[in-house]
Amino acid sequence: MNVELRDPKIIMKLSKLGSFHQSKLSFLRSFLNEFKDWNYSRDLFDLDENGYGRAVYSFSKNNRTYSLVCFSNKIKDEERSDRVIATKWDAAFALHDGIPTKKDIERLFDNVPKQEIGRMSYKELTLSRANKSMRIFEHVIESLSNGKQPDKLSLSKVGYLYRTTAVYGSGKFGLADRFRIKNRKEIYGPFRLEMMLVYLVRQFTFDQVNYIAKCKNPKNAVELDSNICRNLGIGNSTGLGMAPFIVNHPTLLNNWILARETSLKKIREIKIVKNPESNLFLSCLNKSLKNVKLWNSESDFQQKKINNLISDLEKFISFLQANFSFDTEYPFNEIYLWCEKKLSDECIEYIVSMMMEPFNEIVNPLIKKMSSEEEKHFSIPTNRNISDLKNILEDKYSEIIKIDFSKKERNQNFWFISKNKEEPRIGDRFLNKGSELEQPLAIARDIKKLYERILVQKNSLTIGKFLTDNNDLRHVVRRAFIIEKFPYSEIQDNTIDSTLMPIDMLRLKLSFFGAVKFDPRSDKWLRINMFQGAPLPHELKSFDEHWIYNSLN
Amino acid sequence: MKSLSEIDTISKRASRSVGFSWGIAEEVGKNTRLLEMFGLPGIKNLNYYFKIYKKQKFQNISLISKSNISKIPYCPIITGVNFLDQINILKEYDEISFENIACPILLIPFLSRTSEIIGKKFFLRIDKNEFLLNFNQSIYSNYFNKEIWEKAEKLKIIFIENNDLFSENEWKEIYKLSEDIFVEETDELKQKTAGAGLTDND
Repeated sequence: MNVELRDPKIIMKLSKLGSFHQSKLSFLRSFLNEFKDWNYSRDLFDLDENGYGRAVYSFSKNNRTYSLVCFSNKIKDEERSDRVIATKWDAAFALHDGIPTKKDIERLFDNVPKQEIGRMSYKELTLSRANKSMRIFEHVIESLSNGKQPDKLSLSKVGYLYRTTAVYGSGKFGLADRFRIKNRKEIYGPFRLEMMLVYLVRQFTFDQVNYIAKCKNPKNAVELDSNICRNLGIGNSTGLGMAPFIVNHPTLLNNWILARETSLKKIREIKIVKNPESNLFLSCLNKSLKNVKLWNSESDFQQKKINNLISDLEKFISFLQANFSFDTEYPFNEIYLWCEKKLSDECIEYIVSMMMEPFNEIVNPLIKKMSSEEEKHFSIPTNRNISDLKNILEDKYSEIIKIDFSKKERNQNFWFISKNKEEPRIGDRFLNKGSELEQPLAIARDIKKLYERILVQKNSLTIGKFLTDNNDLRHVVRRAFIIEKFPYSEIQDNTIDSTLMPIDMLRLKLSFFGAVKFDPRSDKWLRINMFQGAPLPHELKSFDEHWIYNSLN
Repeated sequence: MKSLSEIDTISKRASRSVGFSWGIAEEVGKNTRLLEMFGLPGIKNLNYYFKIYKKQKFQNISLISKSNISKIPYCPIITGVNFLDQINILKEYDEISFENIACPILLIPFLSRTSEIIGKKFFLRIDKNEFLLNFNQSIYSNYFNKEIWEKAEKLKIIFIENNDLFSENEWKEIYKLSEDIFVEETDELKQKTAGAGLTDND
């Protein structure tokens, strides 16, 4: 049986992309699988009794070492902010390529805590900072220093000790350009070193609270229980910075979505599913329900989605128990078709992710295809003609070219970069200043403009000649020839519409990172959790790779 | 040291800020990255050009011909974009010349990228300086100046046919040497060691 890939015009709608969940393809999970047989070590731990100082953690194998250099700083409570405009953080981190010398650590000490206004070198790969969760950090130290474990309920409400507020890579602030490291086998797959940084930061947070508690009460203090540690991740506050990324990297976006869609297609095409495979799927499903019930959000928008997800999952479990047998042929195709008819997007995508769990042989080869050499697709084929371009627009953007941009609501928003810290933002074109400095992220509007302009051109006119007088639309001509080859490269929605929910764009990217517990704090930023439930570094040599579905405390 | 990613992003934004379209700004970002990677002073020349861009007039060529002459200096960015876009017509010429072009360094990456697109090396002469553009993989040159190059009087691009740089005899000689690693054929080796069988059709 041949199952078609799902239609990009449906999948690439923002409401659909904003319902994606982590899966085996997610970068934090593929990072753990890749680095599980590397040697983990804590190479330096030089903190004072309050937990301020420096530490170095590393992963090494053969002749390669990656070292996380941590700096923990004292800041005043009023200086602590998750906003990108903050200038001080509780801790700052850089992932160094190799073993840092004392000179390197001093250089990093002068720069890493400054973050965006510091300078990194080509020897640093990623950069980040994090703030303590004021809700539980002190509680944990207080409990441990008194010889008790902290209250699990309080911990489960937060889910982390520290929250990162940005993770930078790929040449930002002088960090190594990707070309320097892209041929290393262990980092095939996007954002692998960003994931390593976050994972090692998580361990630092445990070591730090243990150390402070011990200093506070050397005789009675206990260490944070391993089960509790495992159930804590690293929080992250994410604003609009991620949204332009997915528009500006079309072939990369395509490769992420294509991997997910190809997995689903191949799983639906399996004629006979073996018992261990169906049992694993059912086990993940049953275990995960408890985790979903622990997922809380103050956002009405998200809470409604969570409630729908819970009731849909219960409906799905009832269906499996009453009306379904895995003895049927193409069982996952049957399941998928039932889900499409009966469930909401949030639950469909949750189940799609879970379907991948039993099928390493399908999913793992796809992980290696999730990077992209974007430069290779940058040139516009100027020998093609208007007829070709028109066909592409009518075929690939058929919904987009129906949008009526003469209506105010279709043009309501504009994307811009603020001068302060160069932060991407979205404003109201009719209320806020600055729309003349709009970023080229209104792809739907510009595609429509391009379509209207080529309608009056001769079909035989070459793209090269067309561009001579139409270079104002050059950026979307380029994109049209990209989508011709990469069907999932474009969001099939209007990113400046009055109804836009920017967090859908953030959720898409974060789901591929492997984030869980999406907690929107407005339509423009959200909090998430990474590595919650993940094995600890000393457990990496042998761990349950379906850990993400294990019940949390 | 600035990363190539920073150079790309900042050049793109600066190009947009002086008035180029986003699509052209993207080209300039990639170009400046290439120049710096090849060891040519991209940022220095781009910064200079943008300083004079609003104060002086530059010729925006639209259709490029075999010989292009202008009293007002050609804009290297618009010239480059159109060279890239019109290469399918321009490649019919053996060579193309320009007289009076501003900041010629900024034109080089457009030509280098075009060399890759059409699969031919370009020989480029800018006044007394020579460049060999190798399919955008490398640039070989006698130009070592790292300063601002304000203007070129004469610029000539020659498309180099894909010919070997060595004689047939030199190839035969080195081929013969390479055969010395092969084992001499015998009937026994033919019978017992070949994988394809005794005849092609069995």
